[in-house]
Amino acid sequence: MSEAARSIPLTVNGTTVRVAPGTTIAAAVLLAGDATRVSVSGEPRGPLCGMGICFECRVTIDGVPHQRSCQIICSSGIRVMTDEVLKGSGGTGTP
Amino acid sequence: MKWSFDILVVGAGPAGIAAAVTAAEAGQHVGLVDDNPAPGGQIWRKGAHLPATAHQWQARLDASSVVRLHGWRVFDCPEPYLVRAERNGSWPAHPDTEIDENRGCAELRCRALILATGARERFLPFPGWTLPNVMGAGGLDAMVRGGLPIAGKRVVIAGTGPLLLAVAAHLAARQAKVAVVCEQASLSRLARFAVGMLTEPAKLWQGARYRMTIRQTPYRTGSWPIAALGRDRLEAVTLQQGGKRWDVPCDYLGCGFHLVPNIELPDLLGCRIEDGFVATDAMLRTSVPGVYCAGEPTGIGGVELSLLEGQIAALAASGNIDRARSLARQRRRRLGFVRALQQACALDPHLRELPEEDTIICRCEDVRHRSLHDHATWRDAKLQTRCGMGPCQGRICGAAAEFLFGWHAGSVRPPLFPASVSSLVSPREPALADESLVAANALHENAKETP
Repeated sequence: MSEAARSIPLTVNGTTVRVAPGTTIAAAVLLAGDATRVSVSGEPRGPLCGMGICFECRVTIDGVPHQRSCQIICSSGIRVMTDEVLKGSGGTGTP
Repeated sequence: MKWSFDILVVGAGPAGIAAAVTAAEAGQHVGLVDDNPAPGGQIWRKGAHLPATAHQWQARLDASSVVRLHGWRVFDCPEPYLVRAERNGSWPAHPDTEIDENRGCAELRCRALILATGARERFLPFPGWTLPNVMGAGGLDAMVRGGLPIAGKRVVIAGTGPLLLAVAAHLAARQAKVAVVCEQASLSRLARFAVGMLTEPAKLWQGARYRMTIRQTPYRTGSWPIAALGRDRLEAVTLQQGGKRWDVPCDYLGCGFHLVPNIELPDLLGCRIEDGFVATDAMLRTSVPGVYCAGEPTGIGGVELSLLEGQIAALAASGNIDRARSLARQRRRRLGFVRALQQACALDPHLRELPEEDTIICRCEDVRHRSLHDHATWRDAKLQTRCGMGPCQGRICGAAAEFLFGWHAGSVRPPLFPASVSSLVSPREPALADESLVAANALHENAKETP
C-alpha cells in the first residue's frame, strides 16, 4: 500500500498510526504491533474471529472500554488504548 | 418516533440482503439491522474481489427503500415483533461528558421478523491457540479485508471445509506466502464429497480455480495443527499428518473447523431447534408465528442456498405464496448439498485429543482443560468454573465443549451481547445524525408518495 493511501491518522497506545480508509481498528492495532487484550491470567491476546463474536479484539476507544475493534472502522484522530498499557503488560484484572 | 416496519430482517449477509430487497420490492416497509459496518455479511465482506452476484444484490439493495442499520448489534428480543439493538462504536466525544447523543439504542418493531443471522467458525482448542496471530481461517481473511497487510507474510491455513481453499487462494492472490493448507478430513472422505458434487459443477469449478491459484502450496488431508509456538505471538506451528509431525515457521495461522450457525436469537425467541439448526417448513417459517429464518442457521449450505432462502422467506412473509412455492422447489433440490457438506466436514475423533491439561478452553475466563473434563454438563462446568460466562457468552468455547465433552451448550438469555446499562434500561430510536439512515428513510417516504 502506498503511503499516500494511508490517509487516516489515529493513535494506538499513544503512537500515531496511519491507515487506509476502511481499515478496521483491529487491523490498526496489529499494524502498530500491539496485542489487543491481556487475558484474566495475563496472556496477550489478538483477534480470533474477525467478525464480532469472540471479543478477543476489544480495546478502549476514546476512553470507552470493551469496544470490539474488528467491527469498527478507523476514523481520523481516535485514540485507541489496549490492556497492555492500561493494565501494564502481564497485568491481571477482570475484563 | 418509534421505528416500525412491516418486515424486519436481522443480518445483512446474502440471505438477509435477498430477504430485505425481495420484501421491499414487493411493497413492504422493510428494516435491515446488522452488526457489521457494511452489508455483505462475512462471505461478501468488502476489501476483496466480489462475485457479480454480490454486486447485483448490493445494487438492488442500494436502489431499494430498505431502511438500513449497519453497525447495530441486536442484544434483546423481548417479544417476536420487538427487537432491541445498540449501535457499535458510538462513544462520546469527551469521555467525561454525561450526555451521550451518539450512543444509540434502537427499539425496532415489526409485523414479521426474518432471522438471517449467519454462521461463525468452529474453533477447536490446541496448545498455543490463544497466541496472538492465531486466528480463524475466515477470521484471518476478514482481518486482511479489514486492512491487515499480508503481502510477504508466511501463512498456514488449517481446519476443515471449503472455506480453507477460498481463504488460501485469496491470501495468495495478495502475495501472502501460504506454506501449507491442512484439511482434517481424510482424502477418501473428500473424494466421496467431490463425486457427490458432480451435480454442482459450478462449485467444483470454483474449488478447482482456488486450487490452481495456490498450486505451489501443499494441500494435506487428514492433517491438522497440534501446537502453535511462540512467546508473545505466533512464531511457528507444529503440524501432524498420520504419524508424521513437523514444524512450520509462520506469521499467521488461520484455523477454523467449518461453521456453526448463529442460533442465539432464534433460540431466545423460542424457535424450535433441531440438531443444532433452526427448524423451518418449506416457506422458512419457524415454530414461532411471524418469525422466519433464512440462510446458514437452517443448515450450512453456502451463498446460493442462502439467497434462495432469503427470497422465499420474504415472499412468504409478504403474502406472495405462489412465487415462494416455486423458489421452494429450487431450494429442495439444493438441500442435498447441505447434507453432503456436513458429512465431508465431520470432525475426526482424534481432534478431541488436541488439548493438553493446561490448554485454555474458555478464552474469556481462561478456563483450562483440566478444570473442565470432570464435569458432567455444560451447566455444571459454567457454575463451577465460569466457563462460557465471559463477554462472548460461550459462542467460542460452547461449540468446542460440545465436540470435546459432548455437552449441549444451551440456555440463551438476554442480553445476547454485552450492552450498556443505558441501553438496557432506556430504549431509544436511532440517532437522527446517522446520514445513511436518514437518506434511506427519505427514499422510503418518497417512494410512498409516488403513486
